[in-house]
Amino acid sequence: MSNSTNPFGYTIKAEDVIETLGFFDDWEDRYKYIIDLGKELPAMPEDLHTQERLIRGCQSKVWIDSSVENERLQFTMDSDAFIVKGLIAVVLAAYNNASAKDILDFNIDEYFQQLDLMQHLSPTRGNGLQAMVARIQDIARNAV
Amino acid sequence: MNAQQQSSAPVFDVNRIRQDFPILDQEVNGHPLVYLDNAASTQKPNAVIDAIASYYRRDNANVHRGVHALSDRATQAFEQARETVSQFINSPSSRQLIWTSGTTASINLVAYSWARNTLGKGDRILVSWLEHHADIVPWQMISAQCGAEVIPIPVETSGDIDLDALAGLLDERVKLVAVGHVSNALGTVNPVSQICTMAKKAGAKVLIDGAQAVAHWPVDVQALGCDFYAFSAHKLFGPTGMGALWGREELLESMPPFLGGGEMIDQVSFSGTTFNTLPFKFEAGTPNIAGAVGFAAAINYVQSIDREGAALHEEHLLNLSVQRGADMPALRRVGAPRHAAGIFSFLIDGTHPSDVGMLLDQQGIAVRTGHHCAQPLMEHFELPGTVRASYSIYNTVDDVDRLFAGLEKALRLLS
Repeated sequence: MSNSTNPFGYTIKAEDVIETLGFFDDWEDRYKYIIDLGKELPAMPEDLHTQERLIRGCQSKVWIDSSVENERLQFTMDSDAFIVKGLIAVVLAAYNNASAKDILDFNIDEYFQQLDLMQHLSPTRGNGLQAMVARIQDIARNAV
Repeated sequence: MNAQQQSSAPVFDVNRIRQDFPILDQEVNGHPLVYLDNAASTQKPNAVIDAIASYYRRDNANVHRGVHALSDRATQAFEQARETVSQFINSPSSRQLIWTSGTTASINLVAYSWARNTLGKGDRILVSWLEHHADIVPWQMISAQCGAEVIPIPVETSGDIDLDALAGLLDERVKLVAVGHVSNALGTVNPVSQICTMAKKAGAKVLIDGAQAVAHWPVDVQALGCDFYAFSAHKLFGPTGMGALWGREELLESMPPFLGGGEMIDQVSFSGTTFNTLPFKFEAGTPNIAGAVGFAAAINYVQSIDREGAALHEEHLLNLSVQRGADMPALRRVGAPRHAAGIFSFLIDGTHPSDVGMLLDQQGIAVRTGHHCAQPLMEHFELPGTVRASYSIYNTVDDVDRLFAGLEKALRLLS
């Protein structure tokens, strides 16, 4: 499947997210930015919303589909919640269109810390960040 | 209530009550905390915190078997606590009050000790669609072992149990009806006394999950006519990990112990062991002594305040929320029970409950979002979950204002 419409990992990369979030002082702007990022995720076709693609451990529903193109992993992800879609975008900025090795080498905790996500969107809460990251890393391990 | 009564009625002094709860005086994410997750767990007054600390500072020892002064004091405090909790629900005797780790453990005790040994193939257990998982799953687990069947009692769109449907289900196959006193997801106050009468006529026993009820008004197990009543301390301003099961004496006497160990025995020998009497035969192992002390302190606290005034105050906050909610076009209340207790469950159109919950948290407002451990009910109503604001005695009109201002802001960010 072509991911030409997916900006994450292409035109929006992890360092872009870090840089932009750094501009904002208050939580409202940060959230607004994250929610807007989520709106840029390409739509996931309804028929991909299957039980097998569902990631457990999230309060909202999160689906993931993946493929390999030119040895780079391409992810299609979706959620029924706005903020979680934004978090998916943040995660895919780091992971999409990357090789399995790069995914496994990427220091996601440091990334979240740089985003100051720890304070405002701690991965321990019901937002499913941890479950999403674990699933992506699993997919990468299987692709190595 | 006429105008004269109204003017002479003492005003419930919520600010005085708030001073008893130290945790409320803090900022969360730069805003004064608004705690609206009371149906999940209530906060603890100084009286409870101090009673537990004082127990550990002065009296701590194991109960019932010591010959020394501390053990004697701990035992006295522990058994006095049983007396306090027992009287709180108007039990005829404290022998009928069994300590557990909470409502879930109380229900499991009845499931494993009574239902699993009494029910068999062809027998039915009725639970309502409103039930918390704790009042569904234990029955499913023992049914898989003993061959009984768990049948849901339908619920109307208002969130009230369909009593006609219940009447239709009550036949000779039904051996137990297990219902909540108050729904944790929607706040529905179920007509449990009527349900007990209906079930009795059909020859079924009744267990009431009272977890959400005891904080709101006095409960009288004799007047209700139930066979078992399960509740927790932590939803009643007491400590977590502590609860009780009340049961009819003849039923409890007939039930075998569920957990084996110390305390629950009479004589232990490899040729055969005999068991202790009620309530101890169900209390294997060293109990949560400090929990019992804290539980009693919570009840003494509740009994020291104007309970009727507190109930009216909570009702006022709920009514206010319903009115304010009706004025907010994007807000859809979930359920509209004929009688609700302290719980306002809703959705904001076009958003997910978790979005709303996270954005309220940023504004220092604690609510619950999700399925509230009532997945069958959410499935029944075809909902992804709800946002739930649940009120307690220390919440204020200002808290309701903050909730709605917070919702407006969340809606702006999400639209």
